[in-house]
Amino acid sequence: MKLKRMITTTTITIAGLFLGACGPVVEQESITVVGSTAMQPLVEAAGEQFSSENLGKYINVQGGGSGTGLSQISAGAVDIGNSDVFAEQKDEIDASKLEDHLVAVVGIGPIVNPEVDVDDVSLDELAKIFTGEITNWSELGGKDRKIVVINRASGSGTRGAFESIIFQEGQKSMITQEQEANGTVRSIVSSTPGTISYVAFPYFDDSIKALHVNGFEPVDENVYTNDWVIWAYQHMYTNGEAEGLTKEFIDYMLSDTTQENLVPRVGYIPVSKMEVERDLDGNVTDIEK
Amino acid sequence: MEETVQHFKKRSPKRKQERFGKTISLVATIFIVSIVFSILFFVASRGLRTFTEHGVSAIDFFAGTAWRPGEVSDAGEPLVGAFPMIAGSFLVTIFSALLATPFALGAAIFMTEISPKTGKKYLQPVIELLVGIPSVVYGFIGLTVIVPFIRQIFGGTGFGVLAATLVLFVMILPTTTSMAVDTLNAVPRYYREASFAMGATRWQTIYKVVLRAASPGLLTAVIFGMARAFGEALAVQMVIGNAALVPDSLTTPASTLTSILTMNMGNTVLGTLENDVLWSLATILLFMSLFFNILTRWIGKKGAMK
Amino acid sequence: MTPKKADKIAVNVLYGLSGIIVLILASLLTYILVRGVPQFSIEFFTQPAKTFEVGGGIIIQLYNSFYLLLLTLLISTPVAMGAAIYLSVYAPQNSFTTFVRTAIEVLSSLPSIVVGLFGFLMFVVQFKLGFSILSGALALMIFNLPLLTRTIEDSLTAIPSSQREGGLALGLSKWETVTRIILPAAMPGIITGVILSAGRIFGEAAALIYTAGQSAPALDFTNWNPMSITSPLNIMRPAETLAVHIWKINSEGLMPDGPDVSAGASAVLILAVLSFNLLARYLGKKIQKKITSA
Repeated sequence: MKLKRMITTTTITIAGLFLGACGPVVEQESITVVGSTAMQPLVEAAGEQFSSENLGKYINVQGGGSGTGLSQISAGAVDIGNSDVFAEQKDEIDASKLEDHLVAVVGIGPIVNPEVDVDDVSLDELAKIFTGEITNWSELGGKDRKIVVINRASGSGTRGAFESIIFQEGQKSMITQEQEANGTVRSIVSSTPGTISYVAFPYFDDSIKALHVNGFEPVDENVYTNDWVIWAYQHMYTNGEAEGLTKEFIDYMLSDTTQENLVPRVGYIPVSKMEVERDLDGNVTDIEK
Repeated sequence: MEETVQHFKKRSPKRKQERFGKTISLVATIFIVSIVFSILFFVASRGLRTFTEHGVSAIDFFAGTAWRPGEVSDAGEPLVGAFPMIAGSFLVTIFSALLATPFALGAAIFMTEISPKTGKKYLQPVIELLVGIPSVVYGFIGLTVIVPFIRQIFGGTGFGVLAATLVLFVMILPTTTSMAVDTLNAVPRYYREASFAMGATRWQTIYKVVLRAASPGLLTAVIFGMARAFGEALAVQMVIGNAALVPDSLTTPASTLTSILTMNMGNTVLGTLENDVLWSLATILLFMSLFFNILTRWIGKKGAMK
Repeated sequence: MTPKKADKIAVNVLYGLSGIIVLILASLLTYILVRGVPQFSIEFFTQPAKTFEVGGGIIIQLYNSFYLLLLTLLISTPVAMGAAIYLSVYAPQNSFTTFVRTAIEVLSSLPSIVVGLFGFLMFVVQFKLGFSILSGALALMIFNLPLLTRTIEDSLTAIPSSQREGGLALGLSKWETVTRIILPAAMPGIITGVILSAGRIFGEAAALIYTAGQSAPALDFTNWNPMSITSPLNIMRPAETLAVHIWKINSEGLMPDGPDVSAGASAVLILAVLSFNLLARYLGKKIQKKITSA
């Protein structure tokens, strides 16, 4: 008897939840944003702020990687696809259907274990470390210690950006340890002697040492002028022209308030601060102001 | 008379109820089976595209050692040799099972034959608790404790097959132990009593009677542990180093099917070779778990007491 | 070596092996708790998580974990119960039954990442459920069904056949025998099984990353309208669970106190699983008592 009552109650509860969920949502709107894990903290923070300023409007931000972001937005399964590479750089993505919104710039910098006594490398030396031509820190003026290279997952947007800038035609990274995420890379570099890897600027902290490249310090000011050459755009793609809440949110991302406050606070660089722009093929031109 | 005949001809409500019960329980069962099939079909149909759609030869895939999806060799063939990952998966699985089996069996014997009271009071709860620790936490402890430890003793970076083996050892210990305990408990009491009555010591009874009687079940327990080790993803990914190289020592970075799969899935675009080849890895995983299950079934049948 | 001596050595070795296991497990638990418990504070349990600032809590993730667990059990228990009854009562001894059993076991050794990806393409994309608690619960159901079916079936078959025969002798149908006699008698075992499976669901991350999602929108705990996005009851909202949160902090977390939050959250997870186990033991005993005394 008791069992029966239990089953009935449960069924009613479940039915209620399903009906409730399928029913019309009263004066509430939400959009789904999927993609680049590196962009996730920024977009999530912006989404939270947006919701608190616009009651009843929700931004649902998920990671999944740039590849997921681009394929889901092409398929029309989500409202915005985040990517840290140009859609044109991924095969099988019909980039012509997608509209690109550059919402921020992020610097990427090589990091090493704090015990490594090399502070500055040239871009060429950096490339040779990742291709496996330079294998010992003593070749760069440091102590005799083997270089341990940690790369990012092969399709990762950060890796794509990093390699497209440091490598010359024909250079290829050696097969080595790979990790999926900025945070994991940082914690491995901080604890393993002799390691080198690279992360986005927001992930710099005291546990690792950020290298200078070509004599320039990895700071936002050097990115503005392209003195620090390793940086990437953060893209938000929409399928066709953005409409409704999607447009509202992208406008919010691009608004002066967000660009001047939130973006730098999370560690990214506002697009408006850039004094140069870079096209799909990597050609950098000055912006006339 | 007519009435009685009618009464017997009519389907009794009991019979109806019986049919009802049988139907809904069968529906539930078929539901589960159909889930299994849709997963198998779904994963395999994507995984096979590597060979059908993209024309990769099976030999290149299973025996090739160069894993650079998205790039092609000088001959124009895609570089999707999965052998390093297959080797890595098998190595960590076999090593962790070798390491965990004596401990799991020892603990199981202790809990059932030597001191059931202490076993039930202390060992059982701790082992049940361990099943619930998320693999992320195992991976995190592996990264902060085991990897530095291996680095201090063996040099190198600490990442590699050995670190993964140690993490998996702890992870499969509860599974294997609790299944072994169940098996040992199922050995009838009178087997032991008969052995003791003939003057055998405790160890003789355990070794010559209980373990013999339970051996198919114990093997099943070990294989279940191996299946879990083979399919573990997040924890292994954090400690093995994820280098798509055929492991040449226990302390150099290597990779497993799962570690490469989880790491790259989000970064590839559906329908491309880079993505389909990951589904091929998933297909291998599926067929391996199918294989592990058929193996345990076969052992169970073969070793069943007649 | 005399048999007596061999016996002594063997017993000592067994003590040693068990001791080492306890030592490993105890140090593991201590490590997690010692690092995690100092992070506990009122804010930690009452504040939502923060993306890039210090001082985030875990209230939403903790709630999501429990809610998802509840939904998963609600969906999977009836199915598992049905399958277990079929296998233990109706299933004939033939190749179809063997085939069914093999299928269920294959499901149990499926890597959770495969379940997660299947869930993503099936529930999230195909069925258009989006990143939602419902998608997550369905994925976890796949994950939970085999284990649950097995434990329920074990509890059912553990009931002495004299009870079954008694029921049948009284003229009850098989179905009545199961639902009126066997099932109530097997209840303690079933409840223990369900709660223990809860521990595994609670700690699962890989299957949820692509289904229930990795973001936890703010919840309004005063809003109990299941249609509203901010309502804790809504099953169509994305819901990051505690285990996923730990994974996310370690991979892409930007908060400066990430390691602390992650350690604290791990400790909470362990304590939750611990309390599930205690609860399972307690309930099992209590129901046993009630049934046997009544």
